[in-house]
Amino acid sequence: MRTGGDTGEDRTVDNSAVDIRGVTKRFGDVVAVDNIDLSIADGEFFAMLGPSGCGKTTTLRMIAGLEFPTEGSLRIFGTEVGTLPPNKRPVNTVFQNYALFPHMNVLDNVGFGLRMQGTGKADARRQAAELIELVQLTGMEQRKPSQLSGGQQQRVALARALVNRPKVLLLDEPLGALDLKLRQEMQTELKSLQRELGVSFVFVTHDQEEALTMSDRIAVMHDGELLQVGSAEELYERPVNRFVADFIGQTNLLDATVLDEDMIVLANGTRVMAPNPHPAGTKVAMSLRPEAIRLGPRGSVPAEHEATSLPGVVAAMTYLGHALVYRVNIDWLELEVRTETVGAQDRLQPGDEVTLWWDRTADWVVPDE
Amino acid sequence: MTGSITEPRGVTRRLLQANAWFVYLFFYAPIVLLVIFSFSDSRNVGVWGGFTLDWYGDFAASEPTKDALWASLQIAAVSTVVAVVLGTMAALALERFTFRGKKVFDALLYLPIIIPDVTMAVMMLLFFAEASKLFGFTKGFSTITLSHIAFSISFVSVVVRARIAGTDQRLEEAAMDLYASRWQAFRHVTLPLIMPGILGGALLALTLSLDDVVITQFVTGPGWTTLPVLVFGLIRKGVTPLINAVSVVMLVASTGLVGLSLIAQRLRSDTS
Repeated sequence: MRTGGDTGEDRTVDNSAVDIRGVTKRFGDVVAVDNIDLSIADGEFFAMLGPSGCGKTTTLRMIAGLEFPTEGSLRIFGTEVGTLPPNKRPVNTVFQNYALFPHMNVLDNVGFGLRMQGTGKADARRQAAELIELVQLTGMEQRKPSQLSGGQQQRVALARALVNRPKVLLLDEPLGALDLKLRQEMQTELKSLQRELGVSFVFVTHDQEEALTMSDRIAVMHDGELLQVGSAEELYERPVNRFVADFIGQTNLLDATVLDEDMIVLANGTRVMAPNPHPAGTKVAMSLRPEAIRLGPRGSVPAEHEATSLPGVVAAMTYLGHALVYRVNIDWLELEVRTETVGAQDRLQPGDEVTLWWDRTADWVVPDE
Repeated sequence: MTGSITEPRGVTRRLLQANAWFVYLFFYAPIVLLVIFSFSDSRNVGVWGGFTLDWYGDFAASEPTKDALWASLQIAAVSTVVAVVLGTMAALALERFTFRGKKVFDALLYLPIIIPDVTMAVMMLLFFAEASKLFGFTKGFSTITLSHIAFSISFVSVVVRARIAGTDQRLEEAAMDLYASRWQAFRHVTLPLIMPGILGGALLALTLSLDDVVITQFVTGPGWTTLPVLVFGLIRKGVTPLINAVSVVMLVASTGLVGLSLIAQRLRSDTS
């Protein structure tokens, strides 16, 4: 089912909950979303991840119908919805900061969507009560939103959207306003709720850890462009470019030029082995995750790792309990290296001359964009 | 007394307190006098002749006074309703939408608040004189009501705008996301939320209409005298305690309305 580590999507329209083709959104001269293609499968937990202003929220709002695409096609279960108003779409949204109606109690907030669709008052209340039970807020029906905690408001927003049995649920930074502990709880709850309901969740966040923990697939956006769509593993281990490598997790990026399909030349002229698909002469960056790098006294590198090693000098060491983090100076750059904790006498000290090495499969070469 | 370091002490403190009392005295002494002498059983204002309710009885019995009160109420009711609808619409347009000439419209809308009453009155008079040449209507209820609408709209829209600015526009988006049409979103979400502002604006418009003398006097026609204009006319014939009584009634009514207006604007302010 997975499409691999490129932005090209090859799903057919039929089994897609949301299908976006060549969609661009401009606000005046500003291009908020730039010609993106994206398919979200039915029942998928899908995250859109990127720094603020990357176009992820605009994309979500276009799916919701709160913005209309300037160009391109947007389908929900095969039906073109490009300029359909939000009240005509089978999707519902959990808004950032929830946007609960302050003048209505919890019961009427949750029942609102049903009432607007013409459901009778009694029936709407009954269904609303069921959803309130699902999100574990029974007993709070008569409260006004201002009398609820952030976490409770979050649940009301969720119930208010889900009561309409949307085909796709959109969530705009739904956990952003919660404190860390509550956020982690809600992550688990959202995930199990999504599995239970089998509905696609499309989820916008700037928090990569949140996206990695919860999602089946993640779309990384930057400056209105869709850079990569893939599973957490694909994004982490096989990023398509420098931005994704840097944005997902922590990494060391070493500027280099491609020599041939097996070798690259680092910025200071050192040749290292790094199999790559790029033509000779391409400017690239080699991504080395801090935990993928090994560290030992100068000259202690095993023979088989000779081609993937660099000399360096320890600049600093931080003790994290379960891990040690070294800053190692390699001539033109400082690298971060993370190792398991060892006894105090075995730790390397600032000023120690060391050699860094890594597995041939541990590095990843990305175009330097 | 343990106060903050910025709190005045000693002589300064006593002087400031005296000043405050003086200001209040200056404000309220005339009002107190007015109220006291409206109960005075003497034709001469300012001479206490014992307690009586006769002047209030006279007020209730006098045909011109009752007619004037009725005229005032009719004009106030109609002008308030129209001003509230137009003022609210203007407020929504300015607060929620962008359109060509918005800034100019914005500035022009507040002009009636700044222009002196007399200027406004002369403008209205001129306007109605020219308009009556074209359409041939007589001055009276319609001209007074139109003038009151003209100056009330500004006040209504100021009050309503403040309320709209305090409500989250995303609530309307949320409503539409939950299958409400534009109209339903307005009806079920926006309108209830800005209702305190609308009520406040309405009460303000009502007060302004009931109190206005200058503009009404310029644009009125035969047979249409509002209560404040009547009082103003009576003064020219000599101040009697009847005027005091009428004034007290108007004072109580206006204060009550302004009070209600303030309460309405604060209503549910905890929810926005």
